[in-house]
Amino acid sequence: MDNVLAFGAASAQAARVDALFVMITVIGGFFFFLTQGMLIYFAVRYRRRLPDRDNETPRITGNHLLEFFWVLIPSIVVVAIFYYGWRVYTDQRIPVGGATEVYVNARQWLYEIKYPDGRTAINEIRVPAGRPVKFILSASDVIHGFYLPDFRVKMDMIPGRVTTLWVEPDRPGRYQIFCTVYCGTGHSNMLAQLVVMSPDAYAEWSARHEEAGEEKEHEPLAVRGARVAKNAGCLNCHPIGGAAKVGPDWKGLFGSNVPLEGGASATADEEYLRESIVDPGARIVKGFPNVMPTYKTTLSKEDVDAVVEYIKTLK
Amino acid sequence: MAQAAEEPGSGRGYLAESGWRSWAYTMDHKRIGVMYLYTTIAFFFIGGIFALLLRLELLSPQAKYFSDHTYNIFFTLHGSMMIFLFIIPAIPSGLGNFFIPMHIGARDVAFPRINLASYWVFVAGFLVVIASLVSPMDTGWTFYTPYSAKTGAAVATLSFGIFLLGMSSILTGLNFIVTIHKLRAPGMTWHRLPLFIWGMYSTSIIQVVATPVVGVTFLLLAMERLLGVAFFDPAKGGDPVLFQHFFWFYSHPVVYVMILPAMGIISEVIPVFSRKPIFGYKAIAYSSLAIAFLGFLVWGHHMFTSGMSPLANAIFSFLTFFVAVPTAVKVFNWIATLYKGSITFESPMLYALTFIFLFAVGGLTGPFLGALATDVQLHDTYFVVAHFHYTMMGGTVMGFFAGLHYWFPKMTGKMVNEKIARISWALVFVGFNVAFFTMFIAGVKGMPRRYAEYLPKFQVENVISTVGAAILAVGIGMMFWNFLQGLRKGPPAPGNPWRALSLEWQTPSPPDTENFHEIPVVTDWPYAYGTPKGPAA
Repeated sequence: MDNVLAFGAASAQAARVDALFVMITVIGGFFFFLTQGMLIYFAVRYRRRLPDRDNETPRITGNHLLEFFWVLIPSIVVVAIFYYGWRVYTDQRIPVGGATEVYVNARQWLYEIKYPDGRTAINEIRVPAGRPVKFILSASDVIHGFYLPDFRVKMDMIPGRVTTLWVEPDRPGRYQIFCTVYCGTGHSNMLAQLVVMSPDAYAEWSARHEEAGEEKEHEPLAVRGARVAKNAGCLNCHPIGGAAKVGPDWKGLFGSNVPLEGGASATADEEYLRESIVDPGARIVKGFPNVMPTYKTTLSKEDVDAVVEYIKTLK
Repeated sequence: MAQAAEEPGSGRGYLAESGWRSWAYTMDHKRIGVMYLYTTIAFFFIGGIFALLLRLELLSPQAKYFSDHTYNIFFTLHGSMMIFLFIIPAIPSGLGNFFIPMHIGARDVAFPRINLASYWVFVAGFLVVIASLVSPMDTGWTFYTPYSAKTGAAVATLSFGIFLLGMSSILTGLNFIVTIHKLRAPGMTWHRLPLFIWGMYSTSIIQVVATPVVGVTFLLLAMERLLGVAFFDPAKGGDPVLFQHFFWFYSHPVVYVMILPAMGIISEVIPVFSRKPIFGYKAIAYSSLAIAFLGFLVWGHHMFTSGMSPLANAIFSFLTFFVAVPTAVKVFNWIATLYKGSITFESPMLYALTFIFLFAVGGLTGPFLGALATDVQLHDTYFVVAHFHYTMMGGTVMGFFAGLHYWFPKMTGKMVNEKIARISWALVFVGFNVAFFTMFIAGVKGMPRRYAEYLPKFQVENVISTVGAAILAVGIGMMFWNFLQGLRKGPPAPGNPWRALSLEWQTPSPPDTENFHEIPVVTDWPYAYGTPKGPAA
């Protein structure tokens, strides 16, 4: 939810984090205005008025009682903040039973989603509202982040280990997911969405998805390709005109002569584009890193064809 | 406080000799300090130019002037140059070298040759860092594995450069510890030491204890990259999070290496311009040591989202909060020093008060990041960027600026134009807050850090921030132009323009080569301002 203010928590847990945030703001604000108020008051009140009377100040060197209190009071305050922060954190780390589980694997620079029933998706996670969701997080190459600002939580995704994160969305909506651990060139384009659906819509989507996937009937192939390219994260790395990114530019690509690593070249026809999607390491374009993951299993043959068709329209 | 009255200036003092050999081979702590200052300030400007390029790119949500990869290189170079080549060495090795011996009444540091060696090791370090630019780094200044083990950039070269810089830092720290223990003038007891010395002493201990850890960490990283020994690569049984533990075991304490000397400068400047003894001397002195000690126990608070156990997170969070207490004690004591003072607002004092103000913002935004639940929300967002710029730039760099204005007459024998100094201060103050306070807002709204491109909903904050950065840059440019003008044609400085009591001001400006013709005998502490019985009625 794109609230102008940060507040607009999408779960009860998030609302508790906001309450903690407000508490620390109030305490911090109090000490800020206390200390800086005194600083400014003293600076004005005791400014030197007569240039030659600057040594007529009292020789005050300290006060043990004051030192004692300004050690004691901050100590109590910080322990209180620690305790509150720890409690809210502990509660959000303990998953309740019956959570919907979603596996999320990160790689440079996209999120691969896997539902327990075998469905897969890229960069878009669909879950029902009103039920807890447990994200089971992993990474294939480097450390990535999984940050849900509307839920006030994040967790690192670490190669070689599994981390988890638990939220309970309380209402339908589209929520942003950011990668927060710097992971290379495409870091800031590593975006995904958490789509929280009403339980009815979710049930309907699940059923529909089982039959025919997401695509609408009678949709022109190139339109579908544009949608697939966007959802599958292709455009995070491939520019269409404009500034260079990680992967080769799609604009004017179809039909062009592509120089390859090793000196050869290839004509960018349908077969070349198809192969580059499902087996990207087979022919590397000169000057580009061999980093693209295969979409063999994540995109259907129809989706691959649609993307190729889409690239053909980019003249 | 000292027996020695102000001695007549012998003209150019320690600057009398000229020619490059007189600098390159010098063992005079003042000249070495000056070389460090010039070098670190040069890197402050280079790092600042990278900052401005980042802010320029962030005017638009999409890549506009540079590719994302170039942006990533720029923020890496901004961070690593500012941290390793400016903010760590600038105050200790620059101002510390110059003023530690003068503050304690010594003719030089304990090991002048090691001191010179530390400078040349530093030069070797930055040359290697520059050499790494053939394949510039894009890992961020934190070098997190496995990315840093895989990226094509010259990670091993840059980490070797930082290894050398660390070595220079250890040599300087060691030298200062021995100097402070052994070379104090007669009568200069521990409780008569200027508080700058207490800050430098605490900093030196951290440098000597913590820096070897980062050296070892970078060696392991280099071994992983060059020899394929997998310490951190999970595919071969390593642990990428282990790197983070090693890295922050050094890099958290090192933020106190950066801040403690600046706090020392503030403790010097405030009494001089309030004409009041420092309030709570022992509390300020020992709080420096407390911060240095606690700083070693809290590195885990950089890793609350890295999959550490909730128990470990809770312990690190608890300990982290206790750093706030000695820090708060210092702030309370500085403010109490102003009470019933006779305060003037020359540029050193303006920067000292600015330090307290900005550091309070930085300090009071710390509990958001120390508390577990809010840290999980704000970690790796612009909130963190804002927080550490308020503490590091609003804190350390403002302290450095206070020190530069305060000691400029002593170091150069010239005065700067006070009017221009105040105008540039106003620009720095306004520009800094516009640039960095906005980042708190962007962070709370959820903007992650290290983003070359961002969602359009964050554009307003980013544009405001860039405008602030431009104002800040003009202010800083004007400040250093003023320094250059002062250096070239400023009026000659008297020995003690601020009428301060500490020993360095009891010498001519600039001081002579061995500081004191006769080692002073200290009979009182350096903060004996005011009249013992209170203001004359």
